[in-house]
Amino acid sequence: MTRAEPNRERRDRLLQIALPILVLAVGLALWEAVVRINNIPPYVLPGPGLILRTLVDDWDLLSQSLVVTLATTVEGFLLAAVGGVGLAVLFNQSRFLEYSLYPYAVILQVTPIVAIAPLLLIYLPQPLAVLACAWIVAFFPVLANTTLGLHSVDRNLTDLFSLYGASRRQILWHLKLPSALPYILGGLRIAGGLSLIGAVVAEIAAGSAGAGSGLAYRIAESGYRLNIPRMFGALLLLSAAGIAIFYALSFVNHLALRRWHESALDQEA
Amino acid sequence: MAATAPQTPHSLLALHGVGKTFANGTQALANLNFDVRAGEFLSLVGPSGCGKSTALRIIAGLSAPSAGGVAWLTGGIDADKTSHIGFVFQEPTLMPWARVFDNVALPLVLKGVAADTIAKRVTGVLDRVGLEKFARAFPRELSGGMRMRVSIARALVTEPQLLLMDEPFAALDEITRFKLNNDLLQVWQTTGTTVVFVTHSVFESVYLSSRILVMTARPGRVSAELRIDAPYPRDQNFRTSAEYAALCRRASAALARAMTEERPIGGQP
Repeated sequence: MTRAEPNRERRDRLLQIALPILVLAVGLALWEAVVRINNIPPYVLPGPGLILRTLVDDWDLLSQSLVVTLATTVEGFLLAAVGGVGLAVLFNQSRFLEYSLYPYAVILQVTPIVAIAPLLLIYLPQPLAVLACAWIVAFFPVLANTTLGLHSVDRNLTDLFSLYGASRRQILWHLKLPSALPYILGGLRIAGGLSLIGAVVAEIAAGSAGAGSGLAYRIAESGYRLNIPRMFGALLLLSAAGIAIFYALSFVNHLALRRWHESALDQEA
Repeated sequence: MAATAPQTPHSLLALHGVGKTFANGTQALANLNFDVRAGEFLSLVGPSGCGKSTALRIIAGLSAPSAGGVAWLTGGIDADKTSHIGFVFQEPTLMPWARVFDNVALPLVLKGVAADTIAKRVTGVLDRVGLEKFARAFPRELSGGMRMRVSIARALVTEPQLLLMDEPFAALDEITRFKLNNDLLQVWQTTGTTVVFVTHSVFESVYLSSRILVMTARPGRVSAELRIDAPYPRDQNFRTSAEYAALCRRASAALARAMTEERPIGGQP
């Protein structure tokens, strides 16, 4: 029993990695087979092999676009992090500000970004408009989560701080922000993915206006030219970027919380 | 029957006709009178809901009385009450994100004490509660008893004149509780601090206290006062002595009387 347990765990972990890879391999093989057997032309559906070749051949162009999109995403994300946490702290310190501004933050969030993007492109220079879109979609989860976190402070700890005569600033710095950290990091993890979506949406909107060079613009452009393999290639890079962002933020989350928060602990640590 | 704050020259503080009615109409305390004498170990014993914790919070200034007041009878305390009070909650109430050292240092950090003084005092107080090896640990890495020790160390680090303890050992197993009882008595004797200890355990209060106040429930008032004259240091011999058993019997009888006492209308004694 005691010997079997770790063995089963190891086998479980192996399966967790092996099974998705197996599914991918089978899926790709089927895809390639269907394309070859039916002689489907590349402008309808390219096979995985051709997509990979396009990715290598067009790497200069696509990698430049990847850098552009990633830069927008990261900038939007950082602005969202600073803006979301900053605004939540301001709201927490001043009820007056919270009541005045919170409804507008909600409105900004519930209005679909696809609908706002064309307007922003009219009023702002194109790179700035793309950045604004990334920021708008990404900042709300940070704001909402941080607000929740700042309100979820242990009552006894609050009593303790007031017993020892802590100032508002000390309470914020030593109590509220550390308490809110797991919530803030949760918000940031959502914001990372969303800022990529915001950047892509804005690029597509801008692309139809005939400008831009990000990955999403490449997808739109390749679509017009019926360069379907390049479309798939750009899409693949976008997915990879999204996955990388998610895991990077999960890693940060793990580093910050692993010693004390339930969410980041090993099962039997 | 109710004591009317018999003040002695050694009184540290006195509660005069303290009443507390909560916003929902619950009358927790009515005409509560007692004094706390310098250097004593005073226990408040009563059924749950008798307002003993509320009385403690009022002494600490965490809650304002609806009637009456708390008079500090030692000169100079009024100026900065907080530096003279240590509070131990029912839960350890530690900051989960901070190491043991930083948890214990908190009251000093909030007061802006110099770092080298903090280091010296925290090390000293951790030594006193037997946690000198765990300064770098996080609270979740400790057992329940050790967490409570950290909480006590934090209350002691300001060298308070008055240590308020709100059922601190209620959630611990008996072996740990007995051990902490002994350690608490030792700390009390070496520091000469005054302790007000809230508990629902007659046995615990008899073992620890030099004086016990038995309280009635809804609204809470003092129903009986018992002096426990058994000499300190008390140990396992006292816990198993006939004298201890007799005292427990007396205290239990007083508690039983308090619980059957008729509820006074309007709280008049």
